[in-house]
Amino acid sequence: MADSKDYFDLTLVTPSGTREEFNVRHIRAPGAEGYFGVLADHLPFITTIKTGEIDIDTKDGKKFWATSGGFVEVLGSRVIILAETAEPAEQIDLQRAEASRERATLRLRENPDGLDVMRCQLALTRAINRLRVASYID
Amino acid sequence: MASLKHIRQRIVGISNTRQITRAMKMVAAANMRRAQENMEKARPYSWKLRELIGSLAAHTDRDRHPLLSKREAERVGVVCVTSDRGLAGGFNAVICRRTQALMKELSGLEVELITLGKKGQDFFNKREVPIYRYFPGVFQELNFNQAISVGTAIAEQYVTGNYDRFYIVYNEFKNAMQQNIVCEQLLPIEPEEEVTTWSPVEYIYEPDAAGVLQELLPRFVNIEIWQVLLESFASEQAARMAAMENATKNADDIVKSLKLQFNKARQAAITKELSEIVAGAEGLK
Repeated sequence: MADSKDYFDLTLVTPSGTREEFNVRHIRAPGAEGYFGVLADHLPFITTIKTGEIDIDTKDGKKFWATSGGFVEVLGSRVIILAETAEPAEQIDLQRAEASRERATLRLRENPDGLDVMRCQLALTRAINRLRVASYID
Repeated sequence: MASLKHIRQRIVGISNTRQITRAMKMVAAANMRRAQENMEKARPYSWKLRELIGSLAAHTDRDRHPLLSKREAERVGVVCVTSDRGLAGGFNAVICRRTQALMKELSGLEVELITLGKKGQDFFNKREVPIYRYFPGVFQELNFNQAISVGTAIAEQYVTGNYDRFYIVYNEFKNAMQQNIVCEQLLPIEPEEEVTTWSPVEYIYEPDAAGVLQELLPRFVNIEIWQVLLESFASEQAARMAAMENATKNADDIVKSLKLQFNKARQAAITKELSEIVAGAEGLK
């Protein structure tokens, strides 16, 4: 069992009102320059995050979220994640994610005039990400 | 004097109206509570964002960021936030009037109007004021994506230099009884003076301070819009609640006075009949 000094506080907030607090040992998040990990006593750090997964290690086990971007601030013994969206793995609607993946794939394949390719690709990335995060739990 | 039947019909009619206004009041009250909760939930995010921007802006050159840079104003956008539905007392009228006043103040410049909510759109359409862009129905299904699409559209106009400044006029939620009209500058963003409580920590930035700020600013616009939408929605519900409360009270008063009238008329009719009978009996003597 890890020492209690190995643990630190994490606050996860989203604009739509999620506000959750955890006592964690490790955080992994998709930073601007790739995934990064945070352990206790990390240096002060601010980064943007991309679409991807956030996982944390708590005393009660691992937790996963699918996020579509935001910010992370690490300061002293607390970490704040400001996520645009954060869907807990167990709440992801598989059917919806699958449907939006298919829709985005189809649109990209058809490639009609005036298609916002960027946006479509982003949607596809988000859908694939949600599917992947959901697959972590059974 | 109105006939008994006529008065009775009016009593029934007004009682029905009262039932409707009472139900609407209750619905508005429930919506308001929900909106208030949403508002409170959205606050931590926007506070934190504001704090971050304040500290980052102090460390970087503001002219490098299109959303922070100040320009000589030539073309100005005015965002007018009203509701989609009426029956909310003076809620929309005050906003529209304030918007008109603001447009007059800015009359030396090229002013364009953007409306959120159907009521403002109707108001300015009727007065043949051109609306540059409108977003009707945002309140019908209020979610963060709405704020993103509005915020992105506005930020884009600013960044491309189409507009040099944006104002926003909306109702701020004070409490259930009170709404404040707020008219403020939306863009360029005025970062708050550096927060004194901010500890002088040297952060590691990824990719770098300017890059983080670049990402933060457009999001900040979205969050501001989101906050405004929530405030406006809560205010709308509060205003409707008050309006419906008044309407219910009014209906109560009218029903009361109609009942009095009805009873008076009934009594008069009885008295008349009685005196007719008495007079008839007298005549037979």
